[in-house]
Amino acid sequence: MSNTVIELNNISKLYRLGEVGTGTLSHDLNRWWHRLRGKEDPYAKVGEENNRESKGGEYVWAIQDINFKVNQGDVLGVIGKNGAGKSTLLKILSRVTAPTKGTIKAKGRIASLLEVGTGFHPELTGRENIFLNGAILGMTKTEIRRKFDEIVSFSGVERYIDTPVKRYSSGMYVRLAFAVAAHLESEILIVDEVLAVGDAEFQKKCLGRMKDVSAKEGRTVLFVSHNMAAVRQLCTNAVVMKNGRLVFEGTQTDCVNFYQRSHNTNFEYIHEGDIENAPGNKHIRIKRFDVKPVNGEVISISSGFDFELEFLNNREDISLDVTFELKNSDDIIVFHNGTILSPNKDSKRGYYKVSSRIPAHTLNAGVYKFTLIFGESQRYEVCALEDFVQFEIMNEASGSNSSVLPGMLHLNMPFSTIFNNVN
Amino acid sequence: MKDTQRHNEDWSLVIKPKTGLLEINFRELWRYRDLVLLLVKRDFVSFYKQTILGPIWFLVQPLLTTLMFLLVFGRIAQLPTDGVPAILFYLAGVTCWSYFSEALTKTSETFTANANIFGKVYFPRLIIPLSIVVSAMMRLGVQLILFFAVLGYYIFFTDSDTHLTWAAALFPILIIMMGLLGLGLGLIFSALTTKYRDLRFLLTFGVQLLMYATPIVYPLSLAPEKYIWLIVANPFTAIIETFRFGFLGAGAFNPVYFTYSAVATLIILLTGVLIFNKVEKNFMDTV
Repeated sequence: MSNTVIELNNISKLYRLGEVGTGTLSHDLNRWWHRLRGKEDPYAKVGEENNRESKGGEYVWAIQDINFKVNQGDVLGVIGKNGAGKSTLLKILSRVTAPTKGTIKAKGRIASLLEVGTGFHPELTGRENIFLNGAILGMTKTEIRRKFDEIVSFSGVERYIDTPVKRYSSGMYVRLAFAVAAHLESEILIVDEVLAVGDAEFQKKCLGRMKDVSAKEGRTVLFVSHNMAAVRQLCTNAVVMKNGRLVFEGTQTDCVNFYQRSHNTNFEYIHEGDIENAPGNKHIRIKRFDVKPVNGEVISISSGFDFELEFLNNREDISLDVTFELKNSDDIIVFHNGTILSPNKDSKRGYYKVSSRIPAHTLNAGVYKFTLIFGESQRYEVCALEDFVQFEIMNEASGSNSSVLPGMLHLNMPFSTIFNNVN
Repeated sequence: MKDTQRHNEDWSLVIKPKTGLLEINFRELWRYRDLVLLLVKRDFVSFYKQTILGPIWFLVQPLLTTLMFLLVFGRIAQLPTDGVPAILFYLAGVTCWSYFSEALTKTSETFTANANIFGKVYFPRLIIPLSIVVSAMMRLGVQLILFFAVLGYYIFFTDSDTHLTWAAALFPILIIMMGLLGLGLGLIFSALTTKYRDLRFLLTFGVQLLMYATPIVYPLSLAPEKYIWLIVANPFTAIIETFRFGFLGAGAFNPVYFTYSAVATLIILLTGVLIFNKVEKNFMDTV
């Protein structure tokens, strides 16, 4: 039987929205009066589900009824959109704040890396800061002294170790900070997205270090990230959070798939009701437009995608054409391709369906937008819909590299290598 | 079933919504003792980095304040000083008071000043106030060198009536009492200011006013009979009086006042620690 090292039971956290301060005293008195009579907290009842889009009352459950267990040596990924409650959960786990309800039981020390370099003092030297930061993170002086050389060589700032850290470049600062954190000796390590620091080489080093921590040293890691590729690479299990609740629990692959499915990466627009109110103008009305993966459930680099447009045309007997323009998140046009639907000036009133496909291993990961342009005789614009749909191509780890690679294209290119000896 | 029960007993950490009033984890506090020392070192070192005079700056403040008091209260207001050389009288008062007030005001800012660290990392929050008091004590140590130098000068090179009495032996206790009193009051204020910021403003000038309600610039013997209870009600009064009696031979040692001070200090400290302990868990949500 595997050994449970963390157990969460019904963890919930209530937050008060708005300005803290005004009316605090009256709420406090009211709360105190209720407690005095042995009644429940009057404000806990009015808490609502954490959904930041909808308006509502003053109290909100940032997380609600979270239950899960983590076994020793596991690397558990915590996945969720911004505002899903991940950070609140981490804060409770790292004891920065207490839960409103529920208990957490753990075996061994918990060290959290919600941020690197906490407590670094700019006037102190690198050496002094290693000791101070290490102690803040829960190490004793002897432990730090023992690991000192390792920390310094991991950070790669040996030469500057007796210089005040205010003179460091931001990269050096972060490397030193991460190096301290990476050498913590706690049994349980909680990591927020601190991996998004440093250059690519250092990021790789960090990921490698995290892997070592769990695989070689048998320690347990909780890893919170938006970076699905990193989660896939690093984690053994994962949980998915949404609006403060745990919605899925399983192996990392299942969780990442679940998350990406619910993350709305496939775009679909269907107009329901009177077609005359559909987007467009009096000539053209869009009925449906969807973008979906060719294979699999998620649009990723290796899935490719199909897109299909269905629209109502009201212009008769013209040479109608439609152009699809794809832009990336930097508004750079990736392609501007179209087709002529009625080359012989014989367009008809009715519904047209146009579809096409971008094959797998073509576009790089990222967010893309489609603009639709309808034209007459390839000269006059009939209707244009700027940035009509947006969708995302998910990244996939290639080899040991989990971050999104640069470039607009991500091609499957045939490489060949020839090797010759020196002589 | 039995197995799971045994299994459950070796949880080393349980996180719960609220702690009991008396639940203070001293073992954990002890484990973090290195942090106290490193924080003290940080405060000390960062204070004089990039200065020419270095730690001498610790002496400038009491020296100038003493001179100012000498001018205002000694020369202009002509308050008596129990027959002690005025400069010694004021220096003793200023040194002790600045130690106490520093411990008090800095402790009271614990949560607001360290919000960014507290928001990211857990360690026993009590470590910060403790390190503040130890820092203040280090500073006091430097300032006492000045005091003893001046004291020595008056004892050996002048014919003034300054002399040590047996109460000087209470010196370590007095230093600890002053620190703990500042710590206790500071803890109470720190816990309350997280929610009610108003108190912070009250405290900054409250400490200034309190100095005049304490026999710092005047001896207790000068206080009018009618109001003496008011001044003695301040636990700091007996401490400073005993300090001056011990080192300057002035004033008197009143065992009743002194016992009262000791008891009051302990009660304030205990209250402070309890309130602080209660607030520390959730302060992040309100700060």
